Amino acid sequence: MSDKRIFIKGNEAIAMGALAAGARCFFGYPITPQNDIPEFLSKAMPDAGGEFVQAESEVAAANMLLGAAACGIRAFTSSSSPGVSLKQEAISYMAGSELPGVIVNINRGGPGLGDIGPAQGDYFQAVKGGGHGDYRLLVLAPGTCQEAYDLMIESFDLAFKYRNPVMILGDAILGQMKEPVEPWKPEGINPEEGKDWALYGASDHSPRIIKSLFLGEGELAGQNQHLREKYEAMQVEARAESYLTEDAELVVCAYGSIGRIVKSAVRKLRANGKKVGLFRPITLYPFPSNELLELAKKGKRFLTTEHNLGQMVEDVRLAIRTVADSEFFGFMPGNLPTPDAFEEPILAALERK
Amino acid sequence: MKDELVFKRPEVMADVTMHYCPGCHHGVAHRLVAECLESMGLVEKAIAVCSIGCSVFLYNYLKLDSVEAPHGRAPAVATGVKRARPDNFVFTYQGDGDLASIGMAEIMHCANRGERVSVVFVNNTVYGMTGGQMAPTTLIGQKTTTCPGGRCRDREGAPIKMAEIIAGLGGVAYCARVAVDSVKNIVKAKKAIQKAFEVQTQGLGFGFVEVLATCPTNWRMTPVAANARIAEEMIPYFPLGEYKDVTKEGGTC
Ligand SMILES: Cc1ncc(C[n+]2csc(CCOP(=O)(O)OP(=O)(O)O)c2C)c(N)n1
Ligand code: SF4
Repeated sequence: MSDKRIFIKGNEAIAMGALAAGARCFFGYPITPQNDIPEFLSKAMPDAGGEFVQAESEVAAANMLLGAAACGIRAFTSSSSPGVSLKQEAISYMAGSELPGVIVNINRGGPGLGDIGPAQGDYFQAVKGGGHGDYRLLVLAPGTCQEAYDLMIESFDLAFKYRNPVMILGDAILGQMKEPVEPWKPEGINPEEGKDWALYGASDHSPRIIKSLFLGEGELAGQNQHLREKYEAMQVEARAESYLTEDAELVVCAYGSIGRIVKSAVRKLRANGKKVGLFRPITLYPFPSNELLELAKKGKRFLTTEHNLGQMVEDVRLAIRTVADSEFFGFMPGNLPTPDAFEEPILAALERK
Repeated sequence: MKDELVFKRPEVMADVTMHYCPGCHHGVAHRLVAECLESMGLVEKAIAVCSIGCSVFLYNYLKLDSVEAPHGRAPAVATGVKRARPDNFVFTYQGDGDLASIGMAEIMHCANRGERVSVVFVNNTVYGMTGGQMAPTTLIGQKTTTCPGGRCRDREGAPIKMAEIIAGLGGVAYCARVAVDSVKNIVKAKKAIQKAFEVQTQGLGFGFVEVLATCPTNWRMTPVAANARIAEEMIPYFPLGEYKDVTKEGGTC
């Protein structure tokens, strides 16, 4: 399965993972800190026999993705926070038209132009909808370069399995950090993927219409009900990493790069005999609520830490609300986090009882 | 004497009643697109990119594989479709609010990249679907619901001439402005649409046809008066003709 280990940035891992997954179209627009993705793909994508387009804007890039996805082709776009805001209309149309496509957000500081450093301010946007209307994306949050590569491959499978857009939510740390990655290729992708719904000209099927407009009596309600059932079916995909939670008194909840940094802090505190553990959601939607609730039922206490003013903490509290609560520590966007920054708030929460 | 059928609906057109108002030119433009697709053998290869406006239901009238694009974004969606399926025939059908206002960036860059797609642009000088507001193509002095005193050059700017602008862009292989107000003009319009389709099938570049069209409802005119307005007011400001044709220049764009 493995070729050999390579030392690459998270952004490159994302681009290479997508190629390994059989992505054939990429549409992008420059914005720091995700530029390595379009730069890498401007050569690698044509080399792999695919199409690379530097679009005129993120609005256009997202709509190009919509077009390619309507053809049942594995396609994706990447950007960072301000650019992802611009993609929201197309993402909403894709969700409404049930199109599979992958959107990568290398989250930077905000609001507004913010900065180009890491942050987790786009959690709500990614997980709660972002665009207009009632819809959900599958949201995956890698914490390492290897996981970025692996989840990128999986994101296409999920997008086609559910005919739904998938978002990869990283941040400037993940994008810019270099790590060893073991590249691998999934077993052959089903060549018939999308054949029963995608557009390729009405040659062997009656004309197909891909749309999100439903004006007939009861039609839109029916579509929304159908989407609800799909979102319910997606719940089985919920996944998290539990690290030393078994005997922990305090479980720290953190995702993405912050989850990874907190892991170092937890490891260090453990070495000093402190009973703390880490719960790192890998899927942010669906949120791994059941696993959290099980931990809460065992009498654990919780601290959620994020690189924002407190967003995921709402989902943590919702998951455990019948038996426990979660404290919150927010590391400010605009500052670069280190393991030390989290040690003190974790210790304080552990000792508060 | 034997009855002879001399006029029938193209096969690709669905046998349904269109929702267009009496005297609206959208139906004529649809028919010309349908005839060209059939005569060129493109029906089974075609992917239509429908826009937001009165023509949003194009997919109900032409029996083709179709996708609905957000308002103004049809050229970007068409780019994605064509890049994903280079062997298919891809066209957009857009109104003037859609193409020349909210979607200005997408149409300019799609044309400039020379995407192998064809665009049918229906210019009726108003936002039809939303109730007759001012469009970027509304003529000076023309009254709409958002310029009730008439469009004023100083305040709202001059009406945008898309065919002239598009013709100046690098990737464009064919660009024309036509009207469908008379039999003579309809014949020319069909030829232009066919040409815009051919430059795509021949891989020469981007094809664009601006169709001057009526919106009797929002012009507050009878169908007959609206049809007459095309020659009286629109054509003098939006001159008909071919603005670019690389096949005549003997080269590619
Ligand atoms: C983002 C967005 N803004 C506004 C609208 C509302 N809207 C629907 S159609 C339309 C204008 C259509 O006018 P035009 O393109 O000229 O086509 P026509 O109806 O005249 O054929 C507008 C503004 C929308 N659907 N989406
Ligand atoms: S409102 Fe105008 S453009 Fe729309 S169908 Fe009626 S006449 Fe045609």
